[in-house]
Amino acid sequence: MSKANTIAPRDTAAPRNIGTMLKDLDWRRYVIYIGFVVVFLFFAVLLRDQGFLSPQNLLNIFRQTATITVIAVGMTYVISCAEIDLSVGSVAGLSSVCTAMALSQWGLIPGILAGLAVGLVVGSINGALVSLLGIPSFLVTLGMLGIAVGVAQWITASAPQPILNDTFNMLFGSGDFGPVPGLVVWSAIFVAIGAVVLNRTKFGRQVLATGGNRNAAEFTGINTKRIKFQVLLISGMVASVAGMLYAGRLQSGRFQWGAGDELSAIAAVILGGTSLFGGFGSIVGTLFGALLIGLINNGLILAGLDSSQQQVVRGAIIILAVALARKK
Amino acid sequence: MNTADNVVEMRSISKGFNGVSVLRDVSFDVRKGEVHALAGGNGAGKSTLMKILQGVYQADAGEIIIGGKPTVINSIHDAKAAGIGMVFQEFSLVPSLTVAQNIFLSAEPLGAGGLIDDRAAVRRARELFAEMEVTVDPQAEVSRLGTAYWQLTEIAKALSQDAQVLIMDEPTASLARHESEALFELIDRLKERGISIIYISHRMDEVYRLADRITILRDGSRLLTEPLTNVTPEQIVEGIVGKKIEGELAYRERDRVDHEGAPLLEVRGLNAGRRVKDVSFALRPGEILGLAGLMGSGRTELARALFGIDRRDSGDILIRGEKVSLTSPQQAIDAGIALIPEDRRAQGLVLDHSVRDNLLLPLLGQIKRGPLLDSNKGKDLSSSLIKKFAVKVAHPHRPVRLLSGGNQQKVVIAKWLGTDPDILILDEPTAGVDIGTKSEILDMIRELASAGKAVIVISSEYPELLAVSDRVLVLKDGSVIRDIPRSNIADEEYLQLAVQGV
Repeated sequence: MSKANTIAPRDTAAPRNIGTMLKDLDWRRYVIYIGFVVVFLFFAVLLRDQGFLSPQNLLNIFRQTATITVIAVGMTYVISCAEIDLSVGSVAGLSSVCTAMALSQWGLIPGILAGLAVGLVVGSINGALVSLLGIPSFLVTLGMLGIAVGVAQWITASAPQPILNDTFNMLFGSGDFGPVPGLVVWSAIFVAIGAVVLNRTKFGRQVLATGGNRNAAEFTGINTKRIKFQVLLISGMVASVAGMLYAGRLQSGRFQWGAGDELSAIAAVILGGTSLFGGFGSIVGTLFGALLIGLINNGLILAGLDSSQQQVVRGAIIILAVALARKK
Repeated sequence: MNTADNVVEMRSISKGFNGVSVLRDVSFDVRKGEVHALAGGNGAGKSTLMKILQGVYQADAGEIIIGGKPTVINSIHDAKAAGIGMVFQEFSLVPSLTVAQNIFLSAEPLGAGGLIDDRAAVRRARELFAEMEVTVDPQAEVSRLGTAYWQLTEIAKALSQDAQVLIMDEPTASLARHESEALFELIDRLKERGISIIYISHRMDEVYRLADRITILRDGSRLLTEPLTNVTPEQIVEGIVGKKIEGELAYRERDRVDHEGAPLLEVRGLNAGRRVKDVSFALRPGEILGLAGLMGSGRTELARALFGIDRRDSGDILIRGEKVSLTSPQQAIDAGIALIPEDRRAQGLVLDHSVRDNLLLPLLGQIKRGPLLDSNKGKDLSSSLIKKFAVKVAHPHRPVRLLSGGNQQKVVIAKWLGTDPDILILDEPTAGVDIGTKSEILDMIRELASAGKAVIVISSEYPELLAVSDRVLVLKDGSVIRDIPRSNIADEEYLQLAVQGV
C-alpha cells in the first residue's frame, strides 16, 4: 500500500501508549460500571456491620430493582431511538388493576391477557400519535401518563383490587425458582432478550440508526415511522408486564403501583450510558444503572437515612453520574 | 465509441417545478470507467439532473437507459438497484454506529439464528477497504472520524451495493489538501476497475486532474459535452458564468476610500483551525472588502475567527491600531464587530418570535428602565429600524417566519445594525433572496460603507461581489492568494479565473 493513500489517521490512531489509550476510552460508556463498583465498595466498607454484604440483602437489592429493570429495558429502546416514554409508570399501574379485575372475574389466562392488552392499546396509541401525526413523544406520553392513571383510579374507584390466585402470584413476583427469586428471573429474561435484540438483530440496528440519524436511516431504506411506532409499542408492552409483576408481588392491583417509575427508569437508562439524543443504547448498561439506583436506595436505608434524605442523596448522585457521563 | 459503452444514458430529460422549467431537453451519458465532470453555475440544473438519476425527482419527459436497457427510476431504491451510488457529505451515515455497521446498514450479514454477524461485516468491510487500498478501521465509531473517513465509508457503502456509477458532489469541499490527493488516487483506482464517476465540481484544477469529459449546463440546457483535452479553462468559466450582470447589480463608484488613512481593522498572520492560514489584510473606514473563494476555501471560517467563534491559534487582530483579544462573540460585539451569518434561519433569527422581538434581541441593554424592559422604548426603536430598512411587514407583532426570504434578511441586518457596529461582516447576505430585494440589500451595504463603516462581504455569487466590493480578497485553502482592487477586475470571468488560481 502506498503511503499517500493513508490519510492521516488523526482520530483512529492505534493507541501508542497507555496515556492515549485512556484518552481514547469512551468514558460515557463505562462510567456506569466504574460508578457501580465504587458505590458498592463504599457501602461494603461503610455498612459492613449493618449486613450490607449478606446474601439476603444482596438478593433484596435485585428483587427491589426488578420491576424498574424490566421497564428500563423497554425504555432503552425508546431513548436510543431518540424518543421518550413518560407513560410507563401509569401503564404499569393500569395493567395491575386490569389484571386483578380480570383475574377475579374470569381466571388466570384472561387476567394475564388483560394486563398485556393494556400495554398493547396504550403503546399503539402512543406510537401512532408519534409516528403518524408527528406529535413529540414527550407530549403524547405525558398526556398518556395522566390518562392511564386516571382510568386506573376511575374503574377501581381508587380501591385496591386483591388477587387471590396463588398461581398468578407465584408466577409474577411472589415465588422463587429454587434459591432464585422469581423477580430476578423475570428481569434476567428481559435483559437477555433485550440485549440480543438490540445488538444482534436487524430490528435493533434499525432502532439505533433511526435514533442516530433519521435521514440516513430513511435513505438506507428503513421505515423510520414504523420503527418509532414499534419502540413505543414495546415500551408499553414491557411496562404492562412490569405492572403484573407489581400485582403478583404485592398480591393486588392498585393504581398507585408504578407511580414515578418513569423517572427511575429514565435515570437507569441514562446512567447506563444510552444517549439521550439517540443512536446508542446499552441494555447491560441499563441493568447496571437500575442496580446502581437500587444499591443506593438500599445503602441509604441501611445507613439509617429517612426517605426524605434518601431522595436528596439519590437525586444528587444521579445528576453527578450524568454529568460525568456527558458528551465531551 | 458506440452507445453500448454507456453505463448511463439520460436522453432528452426535461423537468419543471410549479410551471418553471428547470431542465430543458438535456442529454447526458457516462461511459464505463470514465470520470465525467458536470459543471454549471448556480441554478443551471446540475443537482436537479442528478436527483432525477438518483430517483429523488422524476423527469417530466425523456428516458434513462442503464446498461443499454430503458430503466424507470422512481425511488432511491430503484437507483441503487440499477447500480447508481451516491456519495453524500455527512448525510447518509449514522454517527453512533461503527464504519462496518454503516456500510452494511439494512443489508447486514446474518449468522446463526438470523442474528447479525458483526464479525463478518467487519471482515467484509476490511476486504472492501483493501480493494480500495485505503486504511480505515471498520470498528471505529463514525462520529469519532474526520470527514475524509466519512467519505471513504460512503464510497465503500456504495461499492458494497455493487454500484457501477458513483455520483460525487463537490467531494473535496471539506477535505484538506492531502486528503483530496488521496481521494483523487482512489478515484483513479476505481476507474481502473471500470467504475464510472460523475464528478460535480467548480474547481478547475480538479476537473482537469480527474475528468475524461465535461458537460456544462447553463440555465437548464446543455451547453456542451466535450473531452477535457478539447476545452480551455476560459471556455469552462464562460460556460459557468451564465447570464450577464443585471443592471441592478452593476458596480457603482462611491466616495473614494482614503487608502492612506489608518485602518479600522487590521489582521496580521492570522491562523485559526485548519482553514485559516496566515491571513493578513487591512480594512479602512468606508471600505467594502469582498471575500471570494470556492466552497471550503476558508471564507466562513475567517469570519468566524474574526467574530470570536473559532479560536485563534496565532497572529493578531487590531482594531484602530490596538491589539484585541476576541475569544467570544460578546467580546467581538463589544469591540464593534457584527457578523450576519450565512444561514439566517438557523443562526440569525428566532423564527417564531415577532419581528419586533427579533430586532430588539441584541438591543435589550438599550431599552432597559431599571431592571425591567421598557416596552414603549422597544416599540419606538423597533419601528424606527423597520422604517429605516424598509422591512415589509404588516405589523411588528407578526412572526418573522411569515416574512419573505429577503425581508427576513433585512431583519437580520437591521437587528445587528441597531448595535451600531463599526465593522460589519456579511456572510452570503443575499442567498435565497429575490432580485429586487437583492439590490435593496446591496444598496444598504453601500450606504453603510458611505457612512464610514468598514464592511466585509462574503459571497459565492460573483456578480454581487463585483457590484459592491472596493477590493476583493481571493482565498484558497485558507490562505489569501490574491488581493485585487475592484478597478483591476475587468469582469466576472477575470474573477472566476483568479478564484480558480488559473
